[in-house]
Amino acid sequence: MVLEGPAAEEAAMFEDVVDLLSTRSKERSELIPILQSIQRKHSYLAPDVMRLVAEHLDISSGEVYGVASFYNQFRFNPPGKHQIKMCLGTACHVRGGDIILENFERKLGIKEGETTEDREFSLEKVACVGCCALAPVALVDEKVEGHMQPSKVEGLIMGFQIERERQERESKAGEGNELASND
Amino acid sequence: MTERYADLIREAREYVEQQDSDSAPVIYIGMATCGLAAGAAETREAFEKALEEHGIAARIVAVGCLGHCYAEPLVVIRTPDYPPLCYYNVTPGRARILVKAFLEEGDPLQEFLLGAMEANDLLPAVSDFPRFSMEQRVVMERCGDIDPESIHQYLAAGGYEALVKALSLPQQEVTRIVYESGLRGRGGAGFLTGKKWEMAAGVPSEQKVVICNADEGDPGAYMDRTVLESNPHQLLEGLAVCAYAVGAGEGIVYVRAEYPLAVRMIQRAIDEARALGFLGEHILGTNFNLDVSVFLGSGAFVCGEETALIQSIEGKRGMPQHRPPYPVQKGLRGLPTVVDNVKTLSAVPAVLKRGADWYRSIGTRGSTGTAIFSVVGDVLHPGLVEIPMGTTLRTLIFDICGGIPNKKSFKAVQIGGPSGGCLPEKFLDTPVDFDSLVEAGAMMGSGGMVVMDEDSCMVDVARYFVEFTQDESCGKCTFCRIGTKHLLNILDRITKGEGKEGDLEILEELSMDIRNGSLCGLGKTAPNPVLTSLKYFRDEYEAHIFEKRCPAKKCRSLTAFYIDLEKCARGCDACVGCCPVEAIFTTSNRKKGIDQEKCVKCGECVVACPPEYDAVVKVSPPELAPRIEPPREGESRA
Repeated sequence: MVLEGPAAEEAAMFEDVVDLLSTRSKERSELIPILQSIQRKHSYLAPDVMRLVAEHLDISSGEVYGVASFYNQFRFNPPGKHQIKMCLGTACHVRGGDIILENFERKLGIKEGETTEDREFSLEKVACVGCCALAPVALVDEKVEGHMQPSKVEGLIMGFQIERERQERESKAGEGNELASND
Repeated sequence: MTERYADLIREAREYVEQQDSDSAPVIYIGMATCGLAAGAAETREAFEKALEEHGIAARIVAVGCLGHCYAEPLVVIRTPDYPPLCYYNVTPGRARILVKAFLEEGDPLQEFLLGAMEANDLLPAVSDFPRFSMEQRVVMERCGDIDPESIHQYLAAGGYEALVKALSLPQQEVTRIVYESGLRGRGGAGFLTGKKWEMAAGVPSEQKVVICNADEGDPGAYMDRTVLESNPHQLLEGLAVCAYAVGAGEGIVYVRAEYPLAVRMIQRAIDEARALGFLGEHILGTNFNLDVSVFLGSGAFVCGEETALIQSIEGKRGMPQHRPPYPVQKGLRGLPTVVDNVKTLSAVPAVLKRGADWYRSIGTRGSTGTAIFSVVGDVLHPGLVEIPMGTTLRTLIFDICGGIPNKKSFKAVQIGGPSGGCLPEKFLDTPVDFDSLVEAGAMMGSGGMVVMDEDSCMVDVARYFVEFTQDESCGKCTFCRIGTKHLLNILDRITKGEGKEGDLEILEELSMDIRNGSLCGLGKTAPNPVLTSLKYFRDEYEAHIFEKRCPAKKCRSLTAFYIDLEKCARGCDACVGCCPVEAIFTTSNRKKGIDQEKCVKCGECVVACPPEYDAVVKVSPPELAPRIEPPREGESRA
């Protein structure tokens, strides 16, 4: 059976984590660094992977999940291709960050903490990225967008959509050319 | 040891001089996180391209942050003909103009100039501005000045001299100097650093640990990140001095994983310091060994508390533990552990180099030295400010940071983040030091300071902070876990106009219970924003509850927008296009109205309405908005 989509992804993650664990010591203090390296590579922690880590450290998987869910850094669902993080630090709050977050939610049709169905976008809130002088601020794929406005939200998302359509067109055109040259 | 150090210093000086000996201009670009956020990377690219196009040989150096966030991207250009000149808001366009007009044609372009970095007869110097001259920099002395990725630059500026001095003294002597300087922990609690070291030194143990707490989780504070990104060696030097004084052989820098650049800088600095023998085995030829590593914090506000931080390094949930035993007695893996903040350790080299008396001469009797504040919110010149302790809030906010913009008036200043309080105008003459702030009901905390003008609602601000602490409560103590939840529910109701009589009394009572029933600083201080705002802005709470009105017109359930038909221009569509929910319709006489059902109160139409009409009005309570009916079917629609 050939796995596809998320299942294939998780199977690959599983294999990779088996390799990773073979290089790590079994000290309890390794738990958070191990989870961090898994997430750095695969951007989230699947349940099976956490069970693996638990076996490796000889603790219960509940304990691994307990630690992972305690910290804000770890996520348990795959993120979108484009990650949008809205800063809701004090300065951003005072300058209306919640209104910007609402605009993202409305535009993308998802709530904070969710990923769009096509897995293009995910939206989360973060507490202060430390660029308070530029408030309100959003982190869009690690790029800081300062002085956000509702109209800028629309512009950003439209930019991604245009880019995506362009890529699709190009790949279609590319396929067309290939077909043509094969003839 | 001193010979070894002298050699290293000489090498570093030669290296730096060799770089500076050619007469080519040097362009320093502030490339810490805030600079990058403002577009410093694009500016750098523009400089590189323009230099190539004009065939000018200039060196570009990425430096850290000067703390002047309002003026980012900041660029300092050094040429043989002028003193170093500092330019503000250097966009890629300005970068190109600077290369052509200044570097090629010799015109220093005064219109983009913030000031010269040194006093001179030709051009105004930055020291003429209070934003520069009223600061006193100890911790941030070299931030934005040296390349954080080069240990040579730090050495050439006298770096690691304090460590050399410390190593030549007996351990108790080092502790005594720090003790006598009066340096207090900059993490918020303000415990005497020398006392802490003395306690740790007094515990007999083969192994001890020093942890640098850089788990800066307070929303609105970012000085630790700036120090790590701009001058990591100063921190490492302080950490090494501390380790020597208490007899520790292991150092850990606990940094938030959300600060990738800071993590990279500190890691690089550790590698460099180890390569030159300032860390590792037999440091500078002595018998002192110190191994330093970086631990990435995974984002839990409570881990700023030392016992929770230690739990998290041990791979557990970051929950605070009972003290005593204090970490200095029994900390990480049961070893005596000193946990000090980034700013505390970064102040140590200066204390050792210049002596306890010098440090004590800065600041006040009870709080010596300087404090770093991140002043943000409604001020003209936000950013990081390092001032002597005891400076008044008025000087800090109005003289140094330029006061409130847009002709608005000052309402309150929130100091100390989620554990601090909101102080009204009558406290502006309070000196900022550990004790005066606590007396006023706020606290130093990590140094976050949010200035708020008349448009900020104090109930909303209190709600915001309680939402934060409620979210970050680790859940160990019942009052913190459930009490903050109830505080939040009540505040939520009040901001939605559903407050009722008796709410304020419950808020007060519950706040006291949370304060008394919590183990760690998070719970003990969580009610502070509520208590101070209740104390100083009670009338605002009452307006929300009894008049269903938000005096600052901030709480969205209690406000409404409408369009003044007298002012609205016939045929203008500016507001229609900007409305994200299509709530604006055209009335039968081609003016505009807002459908209150659809309106989400984002305020975009206020911005979009041309200033010559200024027709959008915000009111509270919402009933004040006149009802404008959309045209019925069949009537003309524009």
